[in-house]
Amino acid sequence: MPVLRIALTVNGVPVTRAVEPRTSLADFLRYDLELTGTHVGCEHGVCGACTVRVDGVLVRGCLMLAVQADGAGVETIEGVAGRGELADLQQAFAEENALQCGFCTPGMLLVAQELLAASPGASEREIREGLASQYCRCTGYHAIVQAVKKAGRGRRRT
Amino acid sequence: MSERIEAGVSYIGLSVVRPQTARLLAGRGVYTDDVKLPRMTHVAFVRSPHAHARIARIETDAARALAGVVAVVTGPELARVCSGWVGTLAHFAGMKSATQHALALDRATWQGEPVAAVVAESRAIAEDGAARVAVAWEPLPAVTDPETALDPGTPVIHPELGDNLAFALELNAGNVEEAFKNADAVVAETFTMGRHTGVTLEPRVILADFDPSERRLTVHHSFQAPNMMQDILARHLGLEEQNVRVICKDVGGSFGIKVHVYPDEMATCALAVLLGRPVKFLADRHESFLSDIHARDHRVRAEVAVRRDGTILGMKLDDLTGIGPYSVYPRTSAVEGNQTVRLTPGCYRFRDYAARLRVVLQNKTPMCQYRAVGHPIAFAVMEGMVDHVARALELDPVEVRRRNFITGDMYPYTAPTGYFFERLSHEECLDKLLEMSEYRKLGAERDALRRRGVYRGLGLCAFIELTTPGPAFYGVGGARISSQDGVTLRLEPSGTVTCLTGVTEQGQGTDAMLAQVVATAVGVRLEDVRVLTGDTLVSPYGGGTWASRGAGIGGEAALQSGKALKQNVLRVAAAVLGGEPEDLDVRLGRVVDALTGEVKLDLAELGRVAYFRPDTLPKDFQSELTVTRHYVPRHQGFAFTNGVQLSHVEVDVETGGVRLLGHWAVEDCGRIINPRLVDEQIRGAIVQGLGAALLEHCVYDGAGQLLTASLMDYLVPMAAEMPDIVVGHVETPTAYAEGGFKGAGEAGTAGAPGAVLNAVNDALAPLGARVSAQPITPGVVLRALGRL
Repeated sequence: MPVLRIALTVNGVPVTRAVEPRTSLADFLRYDLELTGTHVGCEHGVCGACTVRVDGVLVRGCLMLAVQADGAGVETIEGVAGRGELADLQQAFAEENALQCGFCTPGMLLVAQELLAASPGASEREIREGLASQYCRCTGYHAIVQAVKKAGRGRRRT
Repeated sequence: MSERIEAGVSYIGLSVVRPQTARLLAGRGVYTDDVKLPRMTHVAFVRSPHAHARIARIETDAARALAGVVAVVTGPELARVCSGWVGTLAHFAGMKSATQHALALDRATWQGEPVAAVVAESRAIAEDGAARVAVAWEPLPAVTDPETALDPGTPVIHPELGDNLAFALELNAGNVEEAFKNADAVVAETFTMGRHTGVTLEPRVILADFDPSERRLTVHHSFQAPNMMQDILARHLGLEEQNVRVICKDVGGSFGIKVHVYPDEMATCALAVLLGRPVKFLADRHESFLSDIHARDHRVRAEVAVRRDGTILGMKLDDLTGIGPYSVYPRTSAVEGNQTVRLTPGCYRFRDYAARLRVVLQNKTPMCQYRAVGHPIAFAVMEGMVDHVARALELDPVEVRRRNFITGDMYPYTAPTGYFFERLSHEECLDKLLEMSEYRKLGAERDALRRRGVYRGLGLCAFIELTTPGPAFYGVGGARISSQDGVTLRLEPSGTVTCLTGVTEQGQGTDAMLAQVVATAVGVRLEDVRVLTGDTLVSPYGGGTWASRGAGIGGEAALQSGKALKQNVLRVAAAVLGGEPEDLDVRLGRVVDALTGEVKLDLAELGRVAYFRPDTLPKDFQSELTVTRHYVPRHQGFAFTNGVQLSHVEVDVETGGVRLLGHWAVEDCGRIINPRLVDEQIRGAIVQGLGAALLEHCVYDGAGQLLTASLMDYLVPMAAEMPDIVVGHVETPTAYAEGGFKGAGEAGTAGAPGAVLNAVNDALAPLGARVSAQPITPGVVLRALGRL
């Protein structure tokens, strides 16, 4: 299988690797870079567990090839959470028990963060619509909606 | 003045935050696919594209020739390493199933059955190799419809069994014919509950590592019952039990899916033994739909005999269920049907009951236990019948339930189906639900909207939940699945407590719940307890987490273990301080004078002396700061719980769409350890029940081809269409265990489908239409309305 050389930035760190053209961005992050916080739930773009940021935009890591990220800036849960950007959301998720098994959580946090950045005062209905790209099989979503709302309230105050 | 701690802290009943969420919120969980081992290989399976076909020949040369392929293995080769199994239980009299192998030997019996394995250096190469394996198939007629599975003209899937009947059961309690003779009315209905499946967001995954030098197998497994798997792997791979270690790290959802023996997972372990190097299998989503166990698929005919005032006199039930070609090992696929027919009358006091169950084989994905086994069918049927009775007799559905409930003055109560109820709280739960939901107000609003052509409905569903099973569940049937569980506590030199347990964690909050019990019983701060689950090498032997057993069994073992550790700590303290242990207590991590609360000794100091300076203690004193206690429920078969749910829906009579407006649940799981965790178990379980009621369906064509094998076709509930869920509680602790804990994990799924069914039928009632099939898709609604 031929390989292509790609150079990109992942969580602020320059990375150069040779990858097979067929390798998805999610698999590249998980197996080549060992950033296992990005989860793969369906490999066909429905569940949203593999959500990552590419040049600031959320993408399904399973629907994008690693070679398409050549030259891009990729951020994963490890990077975004690691620099403290999600601290209030993480705390609200913990307090509301908005996660059970935790498998959907990295993607859910990144989508919630995008939602609140655009609209910290989002209503419950808007939060539900905004999270509708992400599957969670454990919580039934109620606690996640409450957690996002709580974090949004905090942001409006500050 | 010396410091005083006047009272200890009870964490039982507090909604503390789960200690392990920080990891998961930072993307630092370790799921099985995150584990990487030296020399690791990956396996991909060649699966049958036919529901039923003979394997004439398997050509493997092209796959073997592919660079990076390590091995290509077929059924007969693997059978030399891994023996076959039969999924029956001895206490299900007359039950039969055929021998199943890790890879099919000469015939595939469902679309998706694995027939060959390709092991390679990467998952992608393994899949490339699998695509190069050529199987010469000779298709056979597929048995797909349970209704005709037993007809003489239908092929017998396993000729050695004689027919396609895996299990049959008849229950006859009281005199049901007499009850029907005395009835003012008889109401009948046939319900169809479609097949669906668990859809754990993390697919099934297993990593097996075999060291031939010591014949040791270490298995990383996304699983609920590690000791069960240890036993099975040892027996079927011919290994010593103590040489098999099963480790379950973070598990990305389970719901009963990850508690069964799967041929592809057995094959992965057998391949590791065969090759002497690590082999990983990770199912893709398509494979998950074809190979994860499915559930439900019942056709239930029910008849109820009633008096004019709504009193139920008796009931007849006929349940037919299709389970795929094999009964799943080792829990069997007869449990769901068995529970369905026994649970159905469970809330009510009538005693004349006759039920027939037939469990038949078919060429579809094997069916087995998924969250709330049997319950959603039982209560959709029973509660559907109760509402049917209310409508037929023009009675209030609330009053019909009240008239028939087993009431507070009747406990302890043994049901005609054999179940024993220590004490349930149907009336209190119903009262609370009606108040919490403002049921009467919603009813008035519904009536007003109907006049404007808006069709809303309210649906109640009372239920019981089987939790905390004792040895009569599996052990007596010969399955080596532990009903007892243990908790080991170790006081560390620092004065903190490490807790090891056989119950497992898949997101329920087992770790938090046990830490709360342990911290309370020992007398330490919650943050000073660390819980470790899911490693057969270090945990006390136990059953794991399923059938809502974690709190009822693990919680009680933790309580007893915590009390024992505290006594041992006090003995050490008395040896250090002089005096008697009875005069001391442990509070917030300090040894205090029991009477005055005066702080005498920090546990860190006690640990220092006990571990590093025992020379300062009396010569005949030995400290014992690691204790283990076990618990198994022996006084009742199960600790039953109960509750009631209400669904509020709006039906669009033009499109057939059902909109969920709200959902309420009041549940009684005994003493609550962590209210928030219980609420979230109930909410999550309700949404799985709502999915079953409206969306989720494994649809097959007549040839046994699964038409819904992707998430584009199989609908899972999403945030936007799910309602807010209000949860309330009644607490009736069990008196048979000191903690009073029972289970709560499945109550939501037990009642939600029945509540939605009744709500939809309430909405449709003014139009003279009713539905009795789930999922209630727009098509089902439009057909009921005669518009399709």
